[in-house]
Amino acid sequence: MERRGLGHYLLAAFFGLFVLFLYGPTITITILSFQGPDGGLTFPMRGVSLHWFANLFQAQAVGDFGGSFLRSILLALMVMLLTVLISLLAGLAFRRRFRGATLLFYLVIASLIVPSILISLGIGLMFNIASIDPSWYSSALGAHLTWTLPFGVLIMFAVFNRFDRSYEEAARDLGASSWKTFSNVVLPLIAPSLVGVALFGFSLSYDEFARTIMAAGTDNTLPLEIYGMTTNVTSPVLYALGTLTTFFSFAVILSCLGIMLVISRRRVR
Amino acid sequence: MAITAKAPSSFWRKGDGVSWLQVTPLVVVLGVFLLVPIATIVIVSFWDYDSVRLIPSFIIDNYTDALGSAVTWHTYLSTLKFAVITWIFTVSIGFTVAYFLAFQVRTALWQMVLFQICAIPFLTSNIIRMISWVPFLGRNGLLNQALQGLHITDHPLEFLLFSDFSVILAFVHLYTLFMVVPIFNTMMRIDRRLIEAARDGGANALAVLTNVIIPLSLPGIAIGTIFVVTLVMGDFITVRLMSGGQSASVGLLMSNEISLLQYPAAAAQAVVLLITVLIMVFLILRVVDIRKEL
Repeated sequence: MERRGLGHYLLAAFFGLFVLFLYGPTITITILSFQGPDGGLTFPMRGVSLHWFANLFQAQAVGDFGGSFLRSILLALMVMLLTVLISLLAGLAFRRRFRGATLLFYLVIASLIVPSILISLGIGLMFNIASIDPSWYSSALGAHLTWTLPFGVLIMFAVFNRFDRSYEEAARDLGASSWKTFSNVVLPLIAPSLVGVALFGFSLSYDEFARTIMAAGTDNTLPLEIYGMTTNVTSPVLYALGTLTTFFSFAVILSCLGIMLVISRRRVR
Repeated sequence: MAITAKAPSSFWRKGDGVSWLQVTPLVVVLGVFLLVPIATIVIVSFWDYDSVRLIPSFIIDNYTDALGSAVTWHTYLSTLKFAVITWIFTVSIGFTVAYFLAFQVRTALWQMVLFQICAIPFLTSNIIRMISWVPFLGRNGLLNQALQGLHITDHPLEFLLFSDFSVILAFVHLYTLFMVVPIFNTMMRIDRRLIEAARDGGANALAVLTNVIIPLSLPGIAIGTIFVVTLVMGDFITVRLMSGGQSASVGLLMSNEISLLQYPAAAAQAVVLLITVLIMVFLILRVVDIRKEL
């Protein structure tokens, strides 16, 4: 072990500043969302109150917050389920070599790096020409999947690359059928990673904006509603909404990390 | 697999059928919501339009209009400027953070915890994270209050919010993570014995960094670069929100055409953007071989 020099502490300080840079603004609007009723968008705080949170739930004041929140959650749940299922199947397929595997891999990467506005415009135009009304549960669902699936598939690739095949071989040698091997051996081993894929699917969909904007139809998702608010709402109610959705995201992330931890623990025992 | 019979290279390889069945949902989704939409954009980019409808035809006016206009070229220049400046900041910050995590944090547990701390904001709302800068950068924001309090300036600085400065700040804030993750990944795969060998050979910390770590981290840097460049090139929301309409970007130009229902014009612009982005990705891949990472 070498001694930790000055360099180490400088780097640690840099890292600390980076974390502050990441979280500082969010913490600031969290504090400001508790502004008193006369407070504005910046400091100083004029009293402390829940005024702006209450304001949020008066439907006429800030658009359709409740409805868009509900739609975003339902959409995120659908995207999550589909992302887990489709990524898992694709991950299993890619464990073997098959014709077209490379091409499909590039298609997945393309889905990740094609600018979001192209997906949005393309899906909007496609529905327009086909004379189908776009909506959050059809066109926006598809748009979200083009964003979540690459993450899901790449995570599954990483998981199966590190997967020890000897467990499976042992199960098979003991006479387990393919399905038994999969459900009793493979699935429990990759379960924590599947929770990770679910987390990505849910969160990326819940916060998705750029790919949704032309594909959501008449009913807004929450990020679209927030975006609309930025142009005409100039009170801390915007911060209250930001605080609520950020804490919702944190709750989702922490529960997923918790579930992953519990599953891994149980496996160790 | 217990027994694998390698069939001769006939088209129908053993096992292909199962694999194809398993990737069918993926192919269907990406086909319907990625390939068909892009094909639609390419087709519509040759269509005509008036104020109310799309008129199927085959004209190249949308392209000549887009490429012949000085506005387009200025906008591309402005967008490229955003991409280059954002890249410089994200790559230097991202590399430093990844280097700290990979080589300075000693226990795997701490490494994981600190990495998660960096990654979590990625799973929260981008729009909210942009709005969060308002209390810092606004006319009466924290930064202006501090600067005036320290008598560095006697009037609030207007350029902090709604300018190129705030746009780039938001890009760096949102996208540095896309550098940290791939660079960290590559660094974790560097064989530590190489570093020891370099040290034993008499290399100092700087020499180890420039001769061992940076060259071996290049694939990660390239992947991060592809992310950042494509995200910035196609962006419209950050530029609109953070510049308050003061700055231009290709995505914003397109989104304005879309809101004016000039879909074929926007489609032609989209095709040009896609080609630009693909050329940039191709150039990055020519410089750095990332295949080992995939």
